[in-house]
Amino acid sequence: MVRLLLAIPTVLLLVTTVFVVTHVLPGDPVRMMVGDVATEEQIQAIRHDLGLDRPLYIQYLSYMYNLLRLDFGISINTRLPVIREISAAFPTTIELTLVGLMFGVGAGLPLGVLAALKRGKMADHLLRAFSLGCYSFPIYVTGILLQLGVSLRLGVLPVAGRITSTADIPRITGLYVLDSLLALNFATMFDALSHLILPGITLGIYLLPMISRMSRAGMVNALTEDYIVTARAKGLTESTVVYRHAFRNALLPTVTVIGMNFAGLVGGSMLTETVFSFPGLGRLMYRAISSRDFEMVQGIVVVYALIVVVVNTIIDIVYRFLDPRVKY
Amino acid sequence: MRLRPRFAQFESAPRSAQIVTIAGATICAGLIILVFFGEELVPYGPQQMVADILLAPSSKHLMGTDMLGRDVFSRVVAGAKWSVSVSFIAVSMSMVIGTTLGAFSGYFGSYLDRVLMVTMDAVYIFPSFVLAVLIAAVMGAGIGTSSLAVAIVMIPTFYRIIRSITLSIKESGFIEAERAIGASGRYVIVNHIAPFYLSSLFVLISLGAAQAILITSGLGFLGLGIPPPIPEWGTDLAAGRMYLMSGTWWLTVFPGIMIFLAVLGFNLLSEGLEAVLNPQIRRL
Amino acid sequence: MPLLRIQDLTTHFFMKQGTVRALDRVDLVLNAKHVLGVAGESGCGKSTMAYSIMRLIPPPGRIIEGEIWYEDRDILRLSDERVRKDIRWKRISMVFQGAMNALNPLITIGDQIAEPIIAHKGLDRKKALEKASSLLGSVGIDPARVNNYPFELSGGMKQRVMIAMAMACDPEIIIADEPTTALDVVVAAGIMNLIKDLQKRIGLSMILITHDLSVIAQTCHEVVIMYAGKVAESGDVLSVFENSVHPYTKELIGAFPSIKGTKRELRAIKGNPPDLIDPPPGCRFHPRCRFTKEICTKEEPEFKEVGKGHFASCHLL
Repeated sequence: MVRLLLAIPTVLLLVTTVFVVTHVLPGDPVRMMVGDVATEEQIQAIRHDLGLDRPLYIQYLSYMYNLLRLDFGISINTRLPVIREISAAFPTTIELTLVGLMFGVGAGLPLGVLAALKRGKMADHLLRAFSLGCYSFPIYVTGILLQLGVSLRLGVLPVAGRITSTADIPRITGLYVLDSLLALNFATMFDALSHLILPGITLGIYLLPMISRMSRAGMVNALTEDYIVTARAKGLTESTVVYRHAFRNALLPTVTVIGMNFAGLVGGSMLTETVFSFPGLGRLMYRAISSRDFEMVQGIVVVYALIVVVVNTIIDIVYRFLDPRVKY
Repeated sequence: MRLRPRFAQFESAPRSAQIVTIAGATICAGLIILVFFGEELVPYGPQQMVADILLAPSSKHLMGTDMLGRDVFSRVVAGAKWSVSVSFIAVSMSMVIGTTLGAFSGYFGSYLDRVLMVTMDAVYIFPSFVLAVLIAAVMGAGIGTSSLAVAIVMIPTFYRIIRSITLSIKESGFIEAERAIGASGRYVIVNHIAPFYLSSLFVLISLGAAQAILITSGLGFLGLGIPPPIPEWGTDLAAGRMYLMSGTWWLTVFPGIMIFLAVLGFNLLSEGLEAVLNPQIRRL
Repeated sequence: MPLLRIQDLTTHFFMKQGTVRALDRVDLVLNAKHVLGVAGESGCGKSTMAYSIMRLIPPPGRIIEGEIWYEDRDILRLSDERVRKDIRWKRISMVFQGAMNALNPLITIGDQIAEPIIAHKGLDRKKALEKASSLLGSVGIDPARVNNYPFELSGGMKQRVMIAMAMACDPEIIIADEPTTALDVVVAAGIMNLIKDLQKRIGLSMILITHDLSVIAQTCHEVVIMYAGKVAESGDVLSVFENSVHPYTKELIGAFPSIKGTKRELRAIKGNPPDLIDPPPGCRFHPRCRFTKEICTKEEPEFKEVGKGHFASCHLL
């Protein structure tokens, strides 16, 4: 559909931004990679090897060309194609982000609606205060506190990692919960789920304020509209009025805000993976940064950007589906 | 610049908005005091190794000691100076650049506007933290890099809002009306145009400060921020993480709470300001 | 024969700035199969009265006093649940002002018309939609458009949809709140013709709220003239228009231009409608009345009968 085509310029834009940042900003990646021990000739040799001494526009073209072929370069550390490690880590991040999204929306949406219905009363103020509190916690602090409080103190959920042992998991989609469910291996599925809960809640807490604020605002606005009076006049029950009429309208800006905040969620997943030692793109990024593996860093960032674009496109399509007024 | 209308707006705001603004302002004021007078308020210097390592919090060391025997409380308070300063530098840079570009874009339009919009969009759509990480990774960790990374990430927000305000002022026509009745340019700018910007700017600045602190400490957490031994909250928190399993919680919890409080303070302030200065939001 | 009888209806809105006395001891009678016009300036309380009948007054408003007698029951004393199930839409329905926003943009017009049918008559969705289609036909809209969304219709068509929707449960009374105000003159005429036609054919009893006296003259059997939350004059249309008693009514009629007759200057009524938080003492019209006497500034006039079924409240009588 048309919307998918429109995503392409955005992708180009983001990918170019990555290029600009990595090649145009001051800072010598090569020197950082190699350290102080190397001689000037060695540095120049490596630079030539990586093609960094060519004119900028040629580097850009070659960069874009490689991306199209899905060639993200070779990792300095492992000497393997970057794309291989990225593909392995990709499903982990997706699974985590999905769970985080579910928690965030699952908690944020009803809280916002509740706050709107009890607008101005104590419940409303409490919910908004809660929302503000969640908003002010840095993700990694939330994660660490959860680890401390729940895993270490209460001993309830695993502290870190994605699964206890990867032995039993069928590789279909790469999403452990889904795969073990499909294979009817419930023990493994619960194991995977239990590892996803704390990181999921961490991400969810990060997302919750944005969603609850928008669902509250959306409901408040919808409830002041004329068609709500019409609905009441028709003798419909209050719950029909609220859910069939107001809620549906409040859903629209909420869906939009999910899309707008997805980029933040991606950044958040990076921090969450680091805290919980989840073998996803975030942790891969952390290791790549520590070891100055630039091809890897660049590749992961491009993948992140792509995820954001894809998700926004999906959100756009969902919105179109919900709101009959929007056309192309 | 007339400040009296601002106070009047505050007085007429609903009670909840007033409470929130004052709460936020109090926390921020507390933070500023720590920044300037922190060193006098704490018993030790941040680099001083004063006691045994990894002592739990006690009356002598309110927040315990870290892995090098330094007093955590002193470090945490000293850390305020760094986190807050970096954030303010970043926010100021963002504001100056973003506002100027936004105003020009809105006022002049055409080619300049289009180029700037595309550039800003590129940065805006990008996951901000990831971009900051990328910039910091490319340029190497350090104070300057952190500030720059945070600044770059926040510029589009300032840009967009200032641009849209400029556009609506331009299109509303009241400027022409003012000039037609003989008001001088300076009068028009100071008394009629500036107030539009000021309300939004106040809110944006406090929001920006909150975001800046989050990103700065986030970078520190990943090892991309201000290098040790400088007592930055995020960096310290990351360093303390490996001792968590053995029950040493105070190395991570206290810096974490500080970050939370600082961010909360600015968030409260920005929420309150927005409710006070923007009457339309008050309806909600 | 009276179908709906309103007595002493008093509705106030309790705002921060003060209490808005939107309706003060309003009396009104709707006769079966007749159209009762309610006329007055903006803010005189016409819509508030309509919403009071349906018990749709939102907080901070409240109906403080009064009785609304319908089918031997006082609507104001019924439970909320009773009003919702028995009265609303099933027996009394409403056509709202400005249909632009009165329809939910995300639900098809067919579903919106069918909604009350399903709720009150217990039909399933399919049958309800069939009825909705035929209702659309009866108001002059292509029945096939039952799956359209509101944004696909013009203003006039949306108003027709509102009328179709109001008739969905075959109510006895329809309250039309300024059905043509938001429309241009030609479309408005079409709507009024439709309303007249339907009323005659089906034998509906209607309360038609409008500030346009010419519409009242054409369509209504009886009329109530309201001012500042009170009834100034009421009676059958002919008496009120030709033998107006209340100074306000006389000025209102004078304010409307006539195509026939000699050219004359339009006479606006001097002054502005009063602030209902602090209305003028005595007769609320006295600051703008040409014939004010001392007593008008002190005492509120009684609502007296001045002819057969013709009432007015003025000290001059």
